[in-house]
Amino acid sequence: MEKAAELGHNVTGAQMSPEDTKSLLQAVEKYPPDIKGDASRLALARTEMRKESGPVGSVPIPGSVKGVLKSGFDKMLGKQPELLVDKLGERLAYERTGVRLYEAALAKFEGTATDDKELIPTLRRIRDDEAAHMKIVKEAIETLGADPTAMTPCADVAGVMAQGIMQVLTDPRTNVSQALNALLTLELTDNAAWELLVDLTSKAGHPKIAASFEKALAEEERHVSTIKALLQQQLAAQA
Amino acid sequence: MHGLTGILDNKGCPLEKQQFTWKEMASRPISKLDDDAFTRVRVILMNGVETDALRLKHFGARFNRELQLPLAQIRRVEQHQATAVNWLLSADHSPLETTVAYEQVAIEVTAAVAQNEPDPYQAQTYRFGLLEDFDHLYRYSAMLDRLEGKDANNILQGYTDIVPGRVTTDHHRAPEDDLRESYDKSQAELITKIHAALITGAEYQTHDYYMNIGPTFTDPVARQLYAEIASVEEQHVTQYGSLQDPDESFMEKWLVHEAMEVYAYSSCAEQEDNPRLKALWERFMEYELGHLNMACELFKKLERRDPAEVLSGELPKMIQFKSQREFVRKVLDEEVDLRTDGVDYVPKEKESKASQTYRKQLNSDGVPAEIASAGYQWAPGTELNDKRS
Repeated sequence: MEKAAELGHNVTGAQMSPEDTKSLLQAVEKYPPDIKGDASRLALARTEMRKESGPVGSVPIPGSVKGVLKSGFDKMLGKQPELLVDKLGERLAYERTGVRLYEAALAKFEGTATDDKELIPTLRRIRDDEAAHMKIVKEAIETLGADPTAMTPCADVAGVMAQGIMQVLTDPRTNVSQALNALLTLELTDNAAWELLVDLTSKAGHPKIAASFEKALAEEERHVSTIKALLQQQLAAQA
Repeated sequence: MHGLTGILDNKGCPLEKQQFTWKEMASRPISKLDDDAFTRVRVILMNGVETDALRLKHFGARFNRELQLPLAQIRRVEQHQATAVNWLLSADHSPLETTVAYEQVAIEVTAAVAQNEPDPYQAQTYRFGLLEDFDHLYRYSAMLDRLEGKDANNILQGYTDIVPGRVTTDHHRAPEDDLRESYDKSQAELITKIHAALITGAEYQTHDYYMNIGPTFTDPVARQLYAEIASVEEQHVTQYGSLQDPDESFMEKWLVHEAMEVYAYSSCAEQEDNPRLKALWERFMEYELGHLNMACELFKKLERRDPAEVLSGELPKMIQFKSQREFVRKVLDEEVDLRTDGVDYVPKEKESKASQTYRKQLNSDGVPAEIASAGYQWAPGTELNDKRS
């Protein structure tokens, strides 16, 4: 089995170069900060820029007449269909990316010797679940008359968040435990997001959609416990 | 010549044998955690050298029909050398961590060059620029700590101080105060020509890197900080570029550049600890000797002159890739208050009015470097770990 952590010649820490660190600390004392203040100046600048900033983008207007009518109807009821479309767009993007991330994880695990014969079939099943969930969301977006090919603002932001996970999973140097940790981050967020979506669709008056999402949520809950268990096994085997 | 004896007699590797595969170009990167910081310094420096080699040859080709093909042939190899070198940086470096590493290159290599440079005015120019890159390191280290919660010393590995230099606020000068006196091509020593080509290339790369990654940040202060320091790097390219004699022909500059590449790879090969990289530096030194040989042959044919007219002279020791802490502190103590008035270095109170006016307008809406670094004091494990706070 691949080791989760190796001892070696890591040179990043201050303890690795005690003389240099001492010298650096002397310099810090001799040449103090030249600009008054502290990190709160950065925070203040962020707050100020926030006031001047616009949004990431907008939710597209539904393309179909039916969609326009339906959205208009919901708007009259004060249910903000654009919010729902935005969050559905986010879930669709997340599941789509999720399929690709599991494919990256599978490539890594297939190239790694392991005693666990169930590991790869288990991850393949999760990959297929994510693909199925993607279709459920796509159909829900179409039911609302919205465009499942558009990138909504929340979909865009979800993509930004997923960049780190993708970098970890596709890096050939990362090991199985590190990859499982990245998948756990993915699944924990996914799980909470499906919970929110079930609630949102239900309150927006879309019981059929909410029911289909509940099924996905049950599967996502299994994903979290599966990935968590796999990670625990990896670590326990080497503890 | 020390280390490069018989540079003009060694034909190196012929161009047709300088071959690559994609896999080899984008091969295994260095380890951010386990490789020595100076291995990364060499990687960054040599990418700067190679990208500048491409730049110079593209401009040369725009002015010389008969050189277009040989320049295109050499450039193709240099493109692949640049790729093989730059792809050694591992992707777990955040852009800001890579930035800290770039500034370490600027400080340690410029300090080494300043001490090796025989021309006093040129050496003064390196010391002047050095204190500005030294300050950039401090501002970026504060940004890294306050944006990502990371310790810049994980990258610097104790070799380089993280304290204020000449404050970035004051780096912004009018263009006329960034131009310098050039060396005289008929009088200058070879190493003087090599230094100017080397440091100009390195600064150019830093400028281009900041221009590319600056807009990828979401944090508004980080975006402004990159805009601010990229502007200073453009000034540095102007400054160091003007150290070269404008009366040199393109071919003379080309010969100097190829000799510089041989010298730089030779310095890397001499001091590299990582055996895989040592082999790469040695291989590329052979490639550069091949390029130099081609350039010399074309020089003889087209300018009907002896390359030794351009490349004669002793070379001092190789570029010293090691901590220049004591030298940098001495320069900091003695020269932090220097400013410029045209090509002259002057005390702070005699700085050119043009620069003061220029800067006043540019800084009138706040100075990002000041916002990012207010009160910043480096501590092992970030300022959040500081026992003093």
